[in-house]
Amino acid sequence: MIALRRFLRTPEAVAGALILAALLAMALSAPWFFPRDPQSIAGPALLRPFQDWTLPLGTDRLGRDVMAGLFHGARASLAVGLAAAAGAILIGAVVGTLAGFAGGLLDEILMRITDAFQTVPGFLLALAFVSVAGPSLATVIVAITLGAWTGPARIARAEVLSIRERDYVAGARVIGMHPLEIAFREILPNALPPVLALSSVIVAAAILTEAALSFLGLGDPNRVTWGGMIAEGRAVLRSAPYLSIIPGVALVLTVLGVYLAGEGLVETSATRRMNA
Amino acid sequence: MNRALRLIRRRLIGSIAVLLIVITGTFLLLEAAPGDAVDAYVVSVGGDASMIEELRRRWGLDQSAATRFAVYISSLARLDLGHSVAFSRPNLDVILERLPDTLLLMGSATALSFCLGTFLGIVAGSRPGSFRDRFLSIGSLALYAVPGFWLGLVLIVIFSVQLRWLQLGGIETIASGKTGAPRALDIARHLVLPVASLGFIYLALYLRMMRVGMAEVWRMDFVLAARARGIGRRRIVLRHVARNALLPLVTMLGLQSAAMLGGSVVIESVFSVPGLGRLAQEAVAARDTPLLLGIILVSAVLVIAVNLAVDLLYAGLDPRVGSSGEAA
Amino acid sequence: MTTRLSIGNLGVRYRRDGQGVEALKHVDLDMEAGKCLAVIGESGSGKSTLALAIAGLLPAGTKFDGSIAWPGLGHAPLNGRDIGFVFQDPSASLNPVLPVGEQVAEVARTHLALTWREAFGLATDLLGRVRLPDPEAVARAYPHQLSGGQKQRVAIAAAIAARPSLLIADEATSALDTIVQAEIVALIGRLVTEDSMSLLFISHDIALAAQLADRIAVFRHGRLLEIGETGELLRSPAHSYTRSLIEASFGPAAEERG
Repeated sequence: MIALRRFLRTPEAVAGALILAALLAMALSAPWFFPRDPQSIAGPALLRPFQDWTLPLGTDRLGRDVMAGLFHGARASLAVGLAAAAGAILIGAVVGTLAGFAGGLLDEILMRITDAFQTVPGFLLALAFVSVAGPSLATVIVAITLGAWTGPARIARAEVLSIRERDYVAGARVIGMHPLEIAFREILPNALPPVLALSSVIVAAAILTEAALSFLGLGDPNRVTWGGMIAEGRAVLRSAPYLSIIPGVALVLTVLGVYLAGEGLVETSATRRMNA
Repeated sequence: MNRALRLIRRRLIGSIAVLLIVITGTFLLLEAAPGDAVDAYVVSVGGDASMIEELRRRWGLDQSAATRFAVYISSLARLDLGHSVAFSRPNLDVILERLPDTLLLMGSATALSFCLGTFLGIVAGSRPGSFRDRFLSIGSLALYAVPGFWLGLVLIVIFSVQLRWLQLGGIETIASGKTGAPRALDIARHLVLPVASLGFIYLALYLRMMRVGMAEVWRMDFVLAARARGIGRRRIVLRHVARNALLPLVTMLGLQSAAMLGGSVVIESVFSVPGLGRLAQEAVAARDTPLLLGIILVSAVLVIAVNLAVDLLYAGLDPRVGSSGEAA
Repeated sequence: MTTRLSIGNLGVRYRRDGQGVEALKHVDLDMEAGKCLAVIGESGSGKSTLALAIAGLLPAGTKFDGSIAWPGLGHAPLNGRDIGFVFQDPSASLNPVLPVGEQVAEVARTHLALTWREAFGLATDLLGRVRLPDPEAVARAYPHQLSGGQKQRVAIAAAIAARPSLLIADEATSALDTIVQAEIVALIGRLVTEDSMSLLFISHDIALAAQLADRIAVFRHGRLLEIGETGELLRSPAHSYTRSLIEASFGPAAEERG
């Protein structure tokens, strides 16, 4: 409770939390408010926003409800962003812990692989993966994870290297714990906080990458995504720019919300550590 | 100079290992993709069943995976990236033809984001906690949240549709017959919006790094010592604080080159710049996996080269690199 | 005897972690021109705060009362021009990415209205004056290429570059090993005499300070405990705390040094 109060003390963190709460509400309530398939025709084509209150944000080229698309698109953005970030942090933490704890040849191999993944542009890798495996929500998540785990791996490794020599690790060695057990039960939990501090950046990057993939038509074709909506509106950019601008604004607000909440969280934990 | 040579040699060895891993990765993706090089070749050039058999044997594709990998590596060593189905030409030729536009876009965007980002970061970081510091900090965070391709579309709506200042599409006016300075100006006019869309996102990154870095350097003892020597504020900000805070940004310049290459895929698609990124999208659309993987390989080489250049630049900026007891 | 510096009822309060910390309380102190005053105390005695207060380098948000007057100066003292400051840690007080020659020259250029060329020339002379071998080469070197003692000589050269009338040496030798320490103390003593500067020598080591000081002031818990002529204070300290400092410093440590 105290942590929550401290978190809510900075206005930026409050703004971030509000945006994320609104986004979550949109994603969860989408099937309830807009039970119809958001890809179905809801009214006349290219209806401008604020003309018809049953279709408050208007319709696109094919007469699909923009508001419904926005709500359903929040689901895709949130699902992909969170799943890819979770995957990246998990893989990164495991690789980083193994490399840092084992040292020697295994460390060298794992870090060269990390280098290789950082050398290939993540977006091109995602593009190649989706084009080989076929576009679906799952492949998009895996594709984004592939390009996002290296950051957490490096941080986890650096943290493990500094923790490895501490007393409780030596203690665990003395009582004969298995090295893997030491690595994942004693070291990993302690190496995790700095990795998690990075999570807002990873979630934000994952959301942006998903949007870019959908924008290029490589998202799940059966789902409405904000990136797809922006691409769809691009065909009528001159006559109906709002079709591209509205989902883009939603995207910007979402990413901004993630950043702000993340910074607030990092600051909260920093002050907590200082007071401890 | 000796220092730089030692550095290059060490980095080159590491780079070769990294490149081998990337090649292994592209080989695995190539194996996973439906169809093989012969299918691709026959689709683009034509041929009958006996020729297919013959080609498979000649290219070693009827062999085991290990042999196929060896064949793949040896053809790469001869700079043979395979044959493009979509363009009916060698992949490398297609890629090299598209590379200059991407390099121009990336180079300009990097220059814009690094220079302007560093400058604004110094403006913000010269007085930590001041109004302009907070304003630039929040503003850059908002900018950092903007997807580049969407920023591109918004810029198109504002400058091309509403204000009609800049024409769109491609990297220069087709068949304009311009040469020399007029042509350069034409290209520059076409590049303004794509460079802004790609560069502004990273501008925010450099601004924030510079600002945070300067806040850290301000707390260091040598800044207090410079103040105790009565050095003017301007010189302290530029020569002592900013000079030291710049170093991590230079490292970031190398790390971001891969991200910027990825970002230019989408930006090139928005502005129809006929570069490597647009080619990647065309390869995906045409299901031309060998071409796409060729692009990835060339990108990796490019990123390695950029990082090598950045390492040299860093060594030039930080006298401690490469000396005994090196911390890098 | 003219008074260089007059401190009256000085009090300094820091804010640390939301609590006020009183670093100095009711300090009255005079410094005479051309003389050396040593300020002795343990860490936390407020002796470094005194140095920072005189140089106007206290961190923002520090509460400050009392007066620091400079009779005969005619203007507010300028750091570098009127006060030279040598810090404890020579590794931390030089910018790691600038040649040391530039860091000495920039002081001369800032205060003496010289061109860069003249300032670099002066810097090389100064590096020779602080007895660094091959000053031209040292001027082009970076801090990490020099030893701790060499770096402290560079820092001293930068501190005296504009010929200040007061030199403050804040634990300037305590990061160095014993032999280098003695050399630096001797160097400071020689420079102070040559340039007829006043010296504020801040140290925890009363024996070391006694080599230079005309007068010694002993600080404890932010207060000035006692002040006196060096010989007199060493012979008959008024406080038992001072006596214990003298015993600790001249006792076994002195034998070891001898």
